[in-house]
Amino acid sequence: MKVTQGQFSFLPDLTDTEIKMQIEYALNQGFAVAIEYTDDPHPRNVFWNMWGHPMFDLRDPAGAMMELQACRAEHVGKYIKILAFDSKHGWESVRMSFMVNRPAFEPGFELVRQEGPGRQLHYTLRSYSMARAPVAEHSL
Amino acid sequence: MDTLPPSAKITDMKERYRSGVLKYRQMGYWEPEYEPKDTDVLAVFRISPQDGVDPEEAAAAVAGESSTATWTVVWTDRLTACEYYRAKAYRVEPVPGQPGQWFAYIAYDLDLFEEGSIANLTASIIGNVFGFKPLKALRLEDMRIPAHYLKTFQGPATGIVVERERLNCFGRPLLGATMKPKLGLSGRNYGRVVYEALKGGLDFTKDDENINSQPFMHWRDRYLYCMEGVNKASAETGEVKGTYLNVTAGTMEEMYERAEFAKSLGSVIIMIDLVIGYTAIQSMAKWARRNDMILHLHRAGHGTYTRQKNHGISFRVIAKWMRMAGVDHIHAGTVVGKLEGDPSVIAGIYDTCREDFVKKDLTHGIFFDQPWASLKKMMPVASGGIHAGQMHQLLTYLGEDVVLQFGGGTIGHPDGIQAGAQANRVALETIVKARNEGRDIWNEGPQILSEAARWCRPLRAALDTWKDVTFNYASTDSVDFVPTPTPA
Repeated sequence: MKVTQGQFSFLPDLTDTEIKMQIEYALNQGFAVAIEYTDDPHPRNVFWNMWGHPMFDLRDPAGAMMELQACRAEHVGKYIKILAFDSKHGWESVRMSFMVNRPAFEPGFELVRQEGPGRQLHYTLRSYSMARAPVAEHSL
Repeated sequence: MDTLPPSAKITDMKERYRSGVLKYRQMGYWEPEYEPKDTDVLAVFRISPQDGVDPEEAAAAVAGESSTATWTVVWTDRLTACEYYRAKAYRVEPVPGQPGQWFAYIAYDLDLFEEGSIANLTASIIGNVFGFKPLKALRLEDMRIPAHYLKTFQGPATGIVVERERLNCFGRPLLGATMKPKLGLSGRNYGRVVYEALKGGLDFTKDDENINSQPFMHWRDRYLYCMEGVNKASAETGEVKGTYLNVTAGTMEEMYERAEFAKSLGSVIIMIDLVIGYTAIQSMAKWARRNDMILHLHRAGHGTYTRQKNHGISFRVIAKWMRMAGVDHIHAGTVVGKLEGDPSVIAGIYDTCREDFVKKDLTHGIFFDQPWASLKKMMPVASGGIHAGQMHQLLTYLGEDVVLQFGGGTIGHPDGIQAGAQANRVALETIVKARNEGRDIWNEGPQILSEAARWCRPLRAALDTWKDVTFNYASTDSVDFVPTPTPA
């Protein structure tokens, strides 16, 4: 399966040139670019690991690309996304989010159904990646 | 009385309160010198006076009938601070190019209204006055709600920013589809359509406005099967998905019961119809805020009073009231689809939904500066006769913070529902990416979509199927002011 979170997951993987263009767009909008990674892409896993702080004072997209290469080198085969934060009053949250790295094999999720009264079902999503990851990985 | 000029406000109190009938201007509802206060509620009406009624008198009558006046003089006025409570018509302007029509500006003191009540506000502003005989027709064009009054309303239960945070979806319009056929599917079949559309790439599916609890599908059945579809699609894509479960019902008690059940099943969103009424909408908005639920509003019924320009209420006013009332989503027009929508009118409505300060702009039908005082932003929904081939136009006209709903444009795809959803998602992501890369999507849009269709067969099929579908009819509801060209 392919996790299709983010702005461009239905397109062919973005090349580094294309990623740089998106970062440039973000910077032109006045957003702060950030990199986050995880091995658990559960849809409710909000807080991925931060690859440093959002780059508030970055002006040149090349700087973010260098950080991305470093993150990729250290976290081979993990999900990595680029985020853009907008600090403008009334927004003050994420404005962009797109994947820039994913494992070659994406294990996906198990849908656990727990039967309740009145034909009701309680649904739980479990990330297969977390079921298989060694304990030490979880604590990252 | 006949000796007095009919245009003058009577200042001699004995004359003023002699039993009988006076002109509204004589009673004091026309105050051309009045300077509106920051705290006043302002309204601008389009008035079409009966023959022989001059516009100032008609404007004064509207002010009178929407505030303190009755048809005859009453001495009990003198027990009150009646000058203070009288609405004041303070300006009348001819409507450009429309003989017999005028814009009448009226100011209402804040004390005329109960805090936090759309019902109370509207009972005055669009109450008896709309049936008033001296006017052939009357239309409420716009209102300025002072921040002091806005702050007595909850505003959107969730708002655009928090909705996006909950859905983990940023930087592109959301994608939805209304389940079709509107009526007749069983719960099981209905859930199938939900699943296919979400699995294919949509963020949301939606009950139609008239899907409640009919013999072919009772509401509990629908909710159960829909949530199976939602969760299954979520597991297979890793995305947060939702389906607007319509909780519209005959009584508040039944609506609460349905909403509670939707919550217990883990739905992120419920929906209501405009026809349930303003008070019911406000109640559901409070419920939604208490229960972390996004609240979608379908504007069923509005076309009966928003579309004709001479009589009724402009939709931008309805949008304003709904943002105050507290809904998160509102159907607000598509420009390019099958339903009414002039681009300039739609721009004004979208600004009303999404901006924190909307500046007066007569070319967009916005008659007043409107500060929103940090009430949350409401997500406009574009729905009705739109398809993947229009993606560049939709993004240009409507921007990023909008739900694009392709019902027929998803379910009617020749290769099936999943293919239809995929085509829409690919078209959307392609156009957003191209825009961010600095390409001219307005002019290059068709070419950009064709390029993507080379590797995405469902998109190719969508473009081929609907390539010639447009709805080019003149809009009934258009703006009255055109931009003045700047001399070169």
